[in-house]
Amino acid sequence: MVPVIQLVDFRKSYITGEVEVQAVRGVTLTINPGEFVAIMGSSGSGKSTLMNTIGCLDRPTGGKYLLDGIDVGSLNRDELADLRNQKIGFVFQGFNLLARTTAVENVELPMLYRRGGQRFNNPRERALKSLERVGLGKRTDHTPSQLSGGQQQRVAIARALVNEPTLLLADEPTGNLDSRTSIEIMDIFQELNAAGMTLVMVTHELDIASYSTRMVVMRDGRVVTDRPVEQRLNAKQELARLKQEQAAVKLA
Amino acid sequence: MIILAAFKIAFTGLRRNLLRSLLTMLGIIFGVAAVIAVVSLGNGAKAQVEKQISTLGQNVVMVMSGAASRGGFRMAFGTSGTLTLGDFDSIRKEVEGVAGVSPEVRSFAQVAVGNQNANPQIMGVGSDYADIRTWRFASGDNFTEADVRNANKVALIGKTTATQLFGGEDPVGQVLRIKNAPFRIVGLLSPKGVNMMGSDQDDVVLVPYTSAMKRLTGDTTFRSLLVQAVEPTLLTSVQAQITELLRQRHRIQPGRDDDFLVRTQQEISEFATETSRVLTLLLGGVAGVSLVVGGIGIMNIMLVSVTERTREIGLRLAVGARGRDILLQFLIEALTLSVVGGLLGIGLGWWASDWLSGMMQSPTLIAANSVALAFGSAAMIGIVFGFFPAMKASQLDPIEALRYE
Repeated sequence: MVPVIQLVDFRKSYITGEVEVQAVRGVTLTINPGEFVAIMGSSGSGKSTLMNTIGCLDRPTGGKYLLDGIDVGSLNRDELADLRNQKIGFVFQGFNLLARTTAVENVELPMLYRRGGQRFNNPRERALKSLERVGLGKRTDHTPSQLSGGQQQRVAIARALVNEPTLLLADEPTGNLDSRTSIEIMDIFQELNAAGMTLVMVTHELDIASYSTRMVVMRDGRVVTDRPVEQRLNAKQELARLKQEQAAVKLA
Repeated sequence: MIILAAFKIAFTGLRRNLLRSLLTMLGIIFGVAAVIAVVSLGNGAKAQVEKQISTLGQNVVMVMSGAASRGGFRMAFGTSGTLTLGDFDSIRKEVEGVAGVSPEVRSFAQVAVGNQNANPQIMGVGSDYADIRTWRFASGDNFTEADVRNANKVALIGKTTATQLFGGEDPVGQVLRIKNAPFRIVGLLSPKGVNMMGSDQDDVVLVPYTSAMKRLTGDTTFRSLLVQAVEPTLLTSVQAQITELLRQRHRIQPGRDDDFLVRTQQEISEFATETSRVLTLLLGGVAGVSLVVGGIGIMNIMLVSVTERTREIGLRLAVGARGRDILLQFLIEALTLSVVGGLLGIGLGWWASDWLSGMMQSPTLIAANSVALAFGSAAMIGIVFGFFPAMKASQLDPIEALRYE
């Protein structure tokens, strides 16, 4: 089995002015297909840099990174773009949907950049199917301003899934959402994970991390903790509990 | 597919920021409109002059006698009669590719019929003259070579003079008196309109040059000859042969100036349109500058657009757009701005040249090539000035672009 992510002594340093800043100082990490990993850490811990590298937005300055068996360090800018297009689905904290563009057109966006023979011949159909998968089959022609935060994030997830990526990469996916909507998003993630999708999620909220299967904590550019989640939360149960509590409040 | 999508995005963006887009396109709109209006005005003037010159005849070479010198002042060509009957005959006989030759003996005299009189130009010409000038007959026919040989008192009459003397009646067969000599009218000429100098070419009476020289002017030499070449391609050859022949006949030493002037119809046309051509070029150049300024406007707004949409660019890069895709998208947006501006400019230019033509009482001619040129340069400008902002967009770092606030 080829690991989805294989980092070997990964290092990344930036030069700001004349000082070399080491953001990541040697991370070795293997993530296998079907895992749901939460990466945690305070700001400056290097988790964003790690995330950018995993997402092929950046290249390591030291060590090795293999994504689905492909050595990312040797690829040029265009090859990285193609790799992101085919292998990675991104979900951002700020949703990053195109304004004044309908949900279904937003979802179609990654398919626009598929090359040559890999192009789908039914992009609209695929986009609608993808929206249905995240429970948004009815509001496909709404623009982001007509959708709630949770719905916008669903559109973003549908967009991330539409090219059938190997890896779903979420950067603080619940950062802009209330707790109930956050759990709904985690429900989608858990469903996707159950269906075999590999997920990597950066978060600083411990309860959100508890929905994953494995927790990686970073500090000062190194991994300090890497362990399975023991008391894993089930989003469906949490949602049911929340509903009961609300009903109780209303009865009282 | 990407190109199609980029055009769609460009048009949506254009509609969304309608006022901004219109203001951006204004430079291009006015530039294209100005180019089209100026060039159409110039073309109109040129076409008018060319039409007037074509009334001179077909494939015509003009031969003018040398200048007279009076008290040290050299006067214009044609003021001194240095062309002889012998010159006329030898051009007719020796120059190859000549279809016809006729002198022009000009004078003014009062002509009268009954109690009506007029003061037309009296022109002594050969029997080839009407053919050379492609002058048709409304009634009657040309006089003959025999009439010329015998200096017969026959005349062809122009439309204006005929109307003055005979009203609506057919003048053919009537007799008019020129300086009290009776001339029988054999033909009525079709109207030709005004010439380049603005004088009425139909206020004329044509008589055999022999009659004119003998009875009216008393001249023995010619001031000008009209020669017709068989084909337009022979014009320069005929011109060269005549020059050579006349230099020989007039015994002009090598290195000395000619005492005559030979001009083809083409040359005359070129001289006449030169001024309007220079003016058109100059004004067209000014209009072109306005196009370039319009291009700078587009560059400016595209730079703003790139900055505004940094996050969008970051997202597109993240989901797999290559730098080239981003470059293409912004180039197409700049191109759309300039092309839509160009189309609006063509409309405005069309309207403006119509309006100018009405106001300045001069015809305008919208040439397809000037429209194509203006439109093409607008599109070019969109690409050239859109390139820098598009390049800038395509080179953004996806991480920084995504984080851009």
